[in-house]
Amino acid sequence: MGMKTSRAQVRGLGSAKSGTDHWWTQRISAISLALLAPFFFVTFAIAIGKPWDEAVVLYKYPFNAIVAALFILAVFHHINLGLQVVIEDYIHAPALRTGMLIGLKLLCGLLGFAAAFSIAMIAFSV
Amino acid sequence: MAQFTLPKNSQIVQGKTWPKGSGESMKAFKVYRWNPDTGENPRIDTYYIDTKDCGPMVLDAIIKIKNEIDPTLTFRRSCREGICGSCAMNIDGTNTLACTKGIAEVSGDVRIYPLPHMPVVKDLVPDLTHFYAQHASIKPWLETDSATPTKEWKQSPEDREQLDGLYECILCACCSTSCPSYWWNGDRYLGPAALLQAYRWLADSRDEARGERLDDLEDPFRLYRCHTIMNCAKTCPKGLNPAKAIGSIKKMMVERQM
Repeated sequence: MGMKTSRAQVRGLGSAKSGTDHWWTQRISAISLALLAPFFFVTFAIAIGKPWDEAVVLYKYPFNAIVAALFILAVFHHINLGLQVVIEDYIHAPALRTGMLIGLKLLCGLLGFAAAFSIAMIAFSV
Repeated sequence: MAQFTLPKNSQIVQGKTWPKGSGESMKAFKVYRWNPDTGENPRIDTYYIDTKDCGPMVLDAIIKIKNEIDPTLTFRRSCREGICGSCAMNIDGTNTLACTKGIAEVSGDVRIYPLPHMPVVKDLVPDLTHFYAQHASIKPWLETDSATPTKEWKQSPEDREQLDGLYECILCACCSTSCPSYWWNGDRYLGPAALLQAYRWLADSRDEARGERLDDLEDPFRLYRCHTIMNCAKTCPKGLNPAKAIGSIKKMMVERQM
């Protein structure tokens, strides 16, 4: 902190003028997940243990495919927002914090896209 | 990483146990002691007070300790009636005011520590410089551009009621120093006390700077480090609810975008 006045320390770099979007989107994605989860898990539970051909048929129904894709996207968006807060809370070393935040976004993007792409492949396969 | 353990020079060691004396109902007070001049680690000293021969509050007991047993014990106190906020400390595991906490409310030994996770000046006196600077940063005064009225800024009784549950805050720092988010990120997170005060001015019908106030608060750290842990509301010795005030600020933030 050095010789900075306490007022200068508190003001820091000023207000980031953001944060509301993050907070609000976290709530909206949570509501989406609460609504989508029952549909997603019922289909998923039915598919488990079934042979591949039969399981695939389930996800050829547009309703199931859309629910699964939306659920997956909401999950990874929500994970990204939530873990970002956890990292900001507990990781204080600037380089490590920045690295982890970048890694988190890339990982959530990759996993979310891969999962949604898999669902699309099943839904559109002949 | 956030620091979960005390550094070596802050680890607490066993201190002096003062003679018990022979009273009718002796109660042990285990008090955190640290003197910056000795270079020693903090210690817990044990004092015995006859509760039959002492006022009813924890503050009465520590004043008695200072007066009659150990004059080196250092703490802040002033009004002794819960309005100045000076004697905020951690008693029996909870931040509260020593002057409004009854000795009889504590079963067993009375453990007394300074407010958690703040730099200690000496014994039970925490350094609140940063805390006060955070309060100053939210501009805790009426901001107006209109010409000052000749008599007063008018406010309806209904609008005045909006300040109930806010104006009573005495800035004792019990809430902020009980908040894990404030422990980990207190350098940037304003903390429940400053945010309750911020909302006190946002909720004031006479204030003309709501937008600027919200602009200043809209920040992932200043405001949004609050994760509704609720320690603030649980510990507030005045029975206020800073978490609710923070929730109201967040609602205003969303409201102005819709």
